[in-house]
Amino acid sequence: MKETINFLLCGVGGQGTILASDVLVNVGLAAGYQAKQAEVHGMSQRGGSVTSHVRWGKVVYSPLIGAGEVDVLLAFEKLEALRNLNFMHPETLALINSHTIKPLTVISGDQTYPSDETLSKAFARVTSQVEYINGEEIARSLGNLRVENVVLLGALSALLERSVLSGQELMVETWLKVITERVPPKHIKLNRKAFQAGREAVQKR
Amino acid sequence: MIKMLSGNEAVARGMWEAGVAVASAYPGTPSTEILENYALFPTVYAEWASNEKVAVDVAVGAAYAGHRGMAVMKHVGLNVAADSFMYVSMTGLEAGLVIVTADDPAMHSSQNEQDNRTFAKFGRLPCLEPSDSQEAKDMVLTAFELSERFDTPVLLRLTTRICHSTSSVELGERIAPSAEPKPFPRNPAKYVMVPGNAVKRHPVIEQRIHDIAAFAETFPCNRLEPGGRSLGIITCGVAFQYAREVFPQASILRLGMTWPLPEKLIRKFAKSVKRLIVIEELDPFIEEAVHLMGIVVEGKSIFPITGEFDPRVVRESAIRSGLLPESAHIPLPDLETGPLPGRPPVLCPGCPHRPTFYILNKLNVPVNGDIGCYTLALIPPLSAIHTCGCMGAGIGVAHGAAKAGSPEHHVAVIGDSTFFHSGIPALVNVVYNHSPVTTVILDNRITGMTGHQDNPGTGRTLLRKKTVRIELEPLVRSLGVQHVRIVPGFDVKAIEKALKEYVKLDEPAVLIVEEPCTLLPDVRKRWVPLDVLADKCNGCTLCFRIGCPAILKSEELDEKTQRPKAQIDTGMCTGCEVCAQICPRKAITFRPADMEGGGS
Repeated sequence: MKETINFLLCGVGGQGTILASDVLVNVGLAAGYQAKQAEVHGMSQRGGSVTSHVRWGKVVYSPLIGAGEVDVLLAFEKLEALRNLNFMHPETLALINSHTIKPLTVISGDQTYPSDETLSKAFARVTSQVEYINGEEIARSLGNLRVENVVLLGALSALLERSVLSGQELMVETWLKVITERVPPKHIKLNRKAFQAGREAVQKR
Repeated sequence: MIKMLSGNEAVARGMWEAGVAVASAYPGTPSTEILENYALFPTVYAEWASNEKVAVDVAVGAAYAGHRGMAVMKHVGLNVAADSFMYVSMTGLEAGLVIVTADDPAMHSSQNEQDNRTFAKFGRLPCLEPSDSQEAKDMVLTAFELSERFDTPVLLRLTTRICHSTSSVELGERIAPSAEPKPFPRNPAKYVMVPGNAVKRHPVIEQRIHDIAAFAETFPCNRLEPGGRSLGIITCGVAFQYAREVFPQASILRLGMTWPLPEKLIRKFAKSVKRLIVIEELDPFIEEAVHLMGIVVEGKSIFPITGEFDPRVVRESAIRSGLLPESAHIPLPDLETGPLPGRPPVLCPGCPHRPTFYILNKLNVPVNGDIGCYTLALIPPLSAIHTCGCMGAGIGVAHGAAKAGSPEHHVAVIGDSTFFHSGIPALVNVVYNHSPVTTVILDNRITGMTGHQDNPGTGRTLLRKKTVRIELEPLVRSLGVQHVRIVPGFDVKAIEKALKEYVKLDEPAVLIVEEPCTLLPDVRKRWVPLDVLADKCNGCTLCFRIGCPAILKSEELDEKTQRPKAQIDTGMCTGCEVCAQICPRKAITFRPADMEGGGS
């Protein structure tokens, strides 16, 4: 068992990062870790940046992760991924959702949204373990944009198995149990499908 | 049973276990979820008070009546409640009284980062500080025990990082409140604070804090974790977690009670180590008290006095001061991204506050704002909030500026919940002392910014019971305001007409802008996205000036103007029709005629 695993989830208010981090902290607990989670969501409902820290470990003291100490980044939005680059280190596993949400400073201001090339170059300089996924498209194909977060969790679960948690048993059913406990009963089937679709999207590679 | 709980959920659980009889609060980040969660337990009484001062008085009433009372607020709420906080320290009570303050280091959603431990010292009462969710729950029970043992209110101080972090909690049994009726005390010497009685109470509370300090010496929440002798750390709250993580070898004295301090315990600890430091967020509260004991200690010369800590802040500060070697440094990645576009929180698409600020911006008048979602109208392109200090300040500031001879007509803007909180006395003052201030009450029938809490204008209580809905118009008229008008929130023309008229008046006026928050479940059902007719749009950019996140610049340029045409993000647009109303070329569609809602 790894000593500690530090996860950073980032995105835009309304994207479902809070549910995702709630799932992640409880999966950690189910996997036998001590787990803590910290949310920064003061005014997230108004479309601001949101981040959530999740830590798994034998013993976890701090709920917050310092810059340069994130092992796994799960970015729900590209600009937010870039904004949190300073939390990474050379071995960080980054899963980036290629979803663009332009802030008002770009829409009606004079600032420019960074290009995909800027994003990929910036990440490549920091770590070699960068994976991209189009969670929005997968969620749309399943008929409900709101399951984008569960698609991302599915992809994350598969990536963790082959890197950070390699050799460790963390069953798909553990994830699905935690997820289904947190969604309305009528959406359980859809969320299971979304989780599997996310897994398959990265397993194909 | 073990459950993962946020600090706020844990406090709510602690309240349930402690058998709190009456809980009262005013919503405020990061404290809001405490009462929201507490209200979900069966058979409890919890309420949203109209403001924090009222909340404390309500909890005091319960405690005087012999039942456990609790008042919950964010840190600046305690400023509002300070008067009540101070008298109840003088009187003491018949049953436990706990006041929760949720401080906000780093100001994630506040106007300052005041450290409310100072209030405990000021009020001569004990302050407890948990460092995770388990302690947050347990300390509620401990606080009530202390309160009843020493006849004192107790301050339970949380911070954003405790409130909004989740960790595991072992749940306990509930101590059911006694159902036995208790006669209300007739004890004026204790409960009527006229000078003659207060003079006698003051020595009592000085002795009380002295006694609690003696008790603190063996209080189990003040815990010694022995380690190496070279470094000793005194710490509290979430800072304990960072201290433990960054200095695994050090001896740590963790204070669960940060006022009053256990002097003997601190002296003994100081003697047992070579170098003594205090790791505490914000003020050097413990550090100064230890200094006054004549003990050599360091704190704010090493760690920042502003903002929130995390392991990195603590580690890097320690390296700079030689407490840790250079090799402890964790390098940061080499960044070359340059400045990124910011993503400040903005008024949502379909926000009924938007048209008012679009017009205020056009009229170019000074706007004295208040606390709520509408404060976000300070951001360009609306740029129509010019002052905002605290709850209820705007109307008084506008009045003072007018009295000082400010050459322009002042407009004060305040939300419905904030008006009920502390806007009413300020409006009374405008009428009484007569100034030509126009007050705009943005009535969206909910407390928006903190996530949709009920208030005296919604007709519903925290426990989901129907109640009287306090109407703003008759209330304002009864205060003696002669010029009062209600306009629908999305009617841009009506708002413009009313405001243009009012800013020329030489008398107090109130404009009530009515439209429910677009995020309310019933309103969401009426969302219909609008569309831009590309052949009619000539890229005049006027619609960008309302600052709606759903209106985008398209790739297509107008042939003549060479400016980008507008485009609507159909996933975000709610169909409020504000853009459609201001478009001079009728290039934005209105809602289908059979769909209700939106403007006219």
